[in-house]
Amino acid sequence: MVKAEKVWKSFGKLDVLKGIDFVVYPRQTFVLLGPSGGGKSTLLRCINHLEIIDAGRLWVDGELMGYREKGSALHEMKPRDVSRQRAKIGMVFQRFNLFPHMTAIENVMEAPVRVKGVDRRVAEAEAELLLTQVGLQEKLDVYPAQLSGGQQQRVAIARALAMKPKLMLFDEPTSALDPEVVSEVLDVMKRLAREGTTMVVVTHEIGFAKEVADGVALMDGGVIVEHGPPNEVLVNPKEERTKAFLSKVLA
Amino acid sequence: MSKGPQPGIDSQNVGGSSSRPEAIKAIPIRHWGRWIAAAAIIFLAFALTYSFVRNPHVEWPIIWHYLFKGLILRGVLVTLELTFLAMAIGAVGGTLLAVMRLSKNPVLASVSWVYIWFFRGTPVYVQILLWGNFAILYPRLFLGLPFVNVVFASADSNRVIGVFVAALLALGLNEAAYAAELVRAGIISVERGQAEAAASLGMSPGLTMRRIILPQAMRVIIPPMGNETISMLKTTSLVAVIAALDLMTRVTNLYSQNFKIFPLLLVACIWYMFFTTLLTIGQRYLEAYFGKGFGEKEAASAEKRAMKRLERKTGVDPGVF
Repeated sequence: MVKAEKVWKSFGKLDVLKGIDFVVYPRQTFVLLGPSGGGKSTLLRCINHLEIIDAGRLWVDGELMGYREKGSALHEMKPRDVSRQRAKIGMVFQRFNLFPHMTAIENVMEAPVRVKGVDRRVAEAEAELLLTQVGLQEKLDVYPAQLSGGQQQRVAIARALAMKPKLMLFDEPTSALDPEVVSEVLDVMKRLAREGTTMVVVTHEIGFAKEVADGVALMDGGVIVEHGPPNEVLVNPKEERTKAFLSKVLA
Repeated sequence: MSKGPQPGIDSQNVGGSSSRPEAIKAIPIRHWGRWIAAAAIIFLAFALTYSFVRNPHVEWPIIWHYLFKGLILRGVLVTLELTFLAMAIGAVGGTLLAVMRLSKNPVLASVSWVYIWFFRGTPVYVQILLWGNFAILYPRLFLGLPFVNVVFASADSNRVIGVFVAALLALGLNEAAYAAELVRAGIISVERGQAEAAASLGMSPGLTMRRIILPQAMRVIIPPMGNETISMLKTTSLVAVIAALDLMTRVTNLYSQNFKIFPLLLVACIWYMFFTTLLTIGQRYLEAYFGKGFGEKEAASAEKRAMKRLERKTGVDPGVF
């Protein structure tokens, strides 16, 4: 579903990603761990072309992201085509980024109605169902400012799911939450993983990774330091940097 | 570290005391200075008003005579038309210019920059005169193909751009330059994450601007735009210089005939102040509308919105259940 090949990204002189390779197959959950500044979030943002990579290739669902290959030349895609590609990829942000001028249900309906042209009534019914599934059936008509962080993040997940994405990206979805509401968001994510949603998750929640990840990778200094199934990487890490990171996170 | 008694609460008071203690009744501070200042100001205000009202040169009967006269009222109408149409041109033009200015397209960004540079760089008074004397520059306007002498239609400049249109163009195009900066500030004030969230949902840049960024920017734009409208109401008085038949034109025409300068200027003041007051009230409602999602009353009205949605969905008033 996602394939990265020698992905390289720099901000000015700073190399943030230095040749990342990985593959995520459909229905898998791939968890990116690692210290802050290691490039995890940047990699995630490159997947849906919010950041543009400087070298390498990124494919989602068999399509090269942001470019069209004609012969040996790469052509930049038009904004409209990039939007079409992004519509297939859901993204959940650390700071929720809900639209504050729309109620919960309006947030969820917006993209299906405006981007896909789904009939309002159909979109409304679907949005109601999605918000019910994340436990917010009582909060449909409430503006984001009246919701707790955990509730906002669950609306954000429902909003992303409303586009029926083939891939879901989670960028530290619980890092901005109060400790007591982290589990309500993780529970929703675990359910999605078990239902077979293809997911790439950047997180510090080792427990989540152990429970549902099909593969984990530890990123530091712009490279993947170690990767493999969670019960190997997280239980018997081979690399010193992985051990150091895990001992800090689990301390 | 000193070892005192154990911190915490008296064991008898665990769980709070059972009854509320007596409310505090303190004697408030006396602000003698304020009382003295207020008295002095009231006296001065009274003295000023008295001398003004009793001044024979104010000529109250003349003010009353002209305040609701047809001639003046027609001028008031023109002033209002100019204000609102110029603000409409300003708001639409300003939004376009702001979006152009923030665009990645260097051509659009430069065009916007030059426009703002020109219209903010010259006084609006001069711009009014320029538009009013447009016919000196181009006596006739042609619609056709340039350089090959094919003309579909042509007209006298003075007939196409009459005084009203000249005044409107001058005020509207000038306002667009100022409004552009307000709108730009509003757009910049919206968090970057909003555009990213919209992009990640597959929304195009244009749709994102229209549905996500501008509605939020409005909250920031409305207060200064209200201010601009109030300012525009009074700026329209400058078009008297090209005799655009607004309130000020009528007043100046009248007093140059009958020399009742002060009463007629007061008539103008009364009308300008009246509409400024109305605009101030209108602005409050607009702010409330575009502040949705940010106010404090929102929580209470969630139920009302839920009812409305249910009503739309089922076509039945849920109140009957």
